[in-house]
Amino acid sequence: MSTPAQPRTGTLIVGNCQAGVQIASTLRELGDTGPITLVGEEPHAPYQRPPLSKAFLKGEATADSLAFRTHDFYREHDIELVTRERIVTITRDERGGVAVAESGRIFPFARLALATGAVPRTIPFEGSELEGVTYLRTATEATVLEQQLHQATNVVVVGGGFIGLEVAAGARAAGKNVTVLEAAPRLIGRAVCEQTSEFYLQAHRRRGTRVVLNAKVVRFTGEHDRVTGVELGDGTVVPAEVVLIGVGVIPRTELAGQLGLEVDNGIVVDTHALASDGLTVAAGDCANMPNPSIADFGQGRLRLESVQNAVEQAKVAAATLLGQVAEHKTVPWFWSDQADLKLQIAGLSGGHDQVVLRGDPDSEKFSLLYYRDGILIAADCVNSPLDFMAVRNALHKGQSIPAALATDTAVPLKKSVTDVLLPVPSPAA
Amino acid sequence: MPTVTYVAYDGSETIVNGFAGDSVMETAVRNGVPGIVAECGGSLSCATCHVFVCSDSAGVFPPRADLEDDMLDGTAVDREENSRLSCQLKLTDDVAVHVQTPETQV
Repeated sequence: MSTPAQPRTGTLIVGNCQAGVQIASTLRELGDTGPITLVGEEPHAPYQRPPLSKAFLKGEATADSLAFRTHDFYREHDIELVTRERIVTITRDERGGVAVAESGRIFPFARLALATGAVPRTIPFEGSELEGVTYLRTATEATVLEQQLHQATNVVVVGGGFIGLEVAAGARAAGKNVTVLEAAPRLIGRAVCEQTSEFYLQAHRRRGTRVVLNAKVVRFTGEHDRVTGVELGDGTVVPAEVVLIGVGVIPRTELAGQLGLEVDNGIVVDTHALASDGLTVAAGDCANMPNPSIADFGQGRLRLESVQNAVEQAKVAAATLLGQVAEHKTVPWFWSDQADLKLQIAGLSGGHDQVVLRGDPDSEKFSLLYYRDGILIAADCVNSPLDFMAVRNALHKGQSIPAALATDTAVPLKKSVTDVLLPVPSPAA
Repeated sequence: MPTVTYVAYDGSETIVNGFAGDSVMETAVRNGVPGIVAECGGSLSCATCHVFVCSDSAGVFPPRADLEDDMLDGTAVDREENSRLSCQLKLTDDVAVHVQTPETQV
């Protein structure tokens, strides 16, 4: 309850995004009755980003149809949603502080949550400013890209990661000539093992997409300020009316830096989503956290760019703001829809020493299970949702699936789940 | 206007006015109905929008497709005869639907 002697100015959440909405919603679910302000620079109410590289480009979704919540929801839950305001400065002490937008509008707060997300990594090639060279992170960018794709015959995607390959698959399905240029020796190298990379290389080529690995982009060529092609290291020019650049993202940490928070590939937080000042919370793509994976809990630090992480870390952040104890501990999972290929990844495969194939990649329905010291830690599942669910559930319960049993596709994986036998601790001397 | 009644595990009911063409999942999430997580936003990737369709609404929706059927084998609370993924349940004009949400989705 607020009293005149102790005016409270509530919670400010910076970032109209998946994590931001979830922090606001969870605060209300946990019984917080104070003012909540959710502020961000985009013109839309917060919306789902994953469909921007899929359904949105097919004209099957809009920022409105992708909105997380109705306007009634914000009103009924007394959450003030502020769009088109970019916060540029924040100051705070232990009792609260003030954020100031570019417009000069002032947002005082008692509690602060940063859900500032990430921006696409840019590459400073000659010709990057040409019309038709685009990045994809927001609904505004997706709207432009959709229109450009509609008029294009030749499309080049720079970067063979999830976003690039999703856009490439959609453009190819729409009949465009599509070329994917990947600087590394394999596709999706950051997220999957070599076998999965090889499968996606062949799958995209089968569908008529040209994929160039070890590609060296020199510059973008243009005429009348419009892009016409991409020049490669060997002097060839790949024609393009649209160039999508998808080469990863950089976490937005400028505001955290102003607050003096520790920043290292993201805003450094603990398992409670608490930043280094012990006051501010951060969640989602912007946060660098202790490994939340049940299999490796607290082993090293990482940043995850996923819906699930944004949602679950945001719930923890909301609890932390209210002085409750919650811990971000989970089975990270990811998905990517490319053409008719549904990739689902459960767990984090870092440090694996064995990969087991289940099924036949040529059938475009298979899974690759990752093991470390004989224990299951992750799986890439292509058009195999049952395998995905079995692995995810097993990891959630701290269980494994013996590698010798995993290869038999006649037996559902969930039938082969076993408890992990932990080493017996040696008796105290 | 279609309406959806969500019966939570504890028996509490939330009644929401939806729109034809929206799914039972979308209607819940947009209105902040607890009990449905829907991490993947309806792309049949996560099985966290599991519901039990109440007997009075059994005939409202077309039957499950194969992928939905597969995903239901992996829900956090074991499936039953009337289990569905609510992202696959599209509302039509003026239906009144009752669904029950499970104890947990993850």
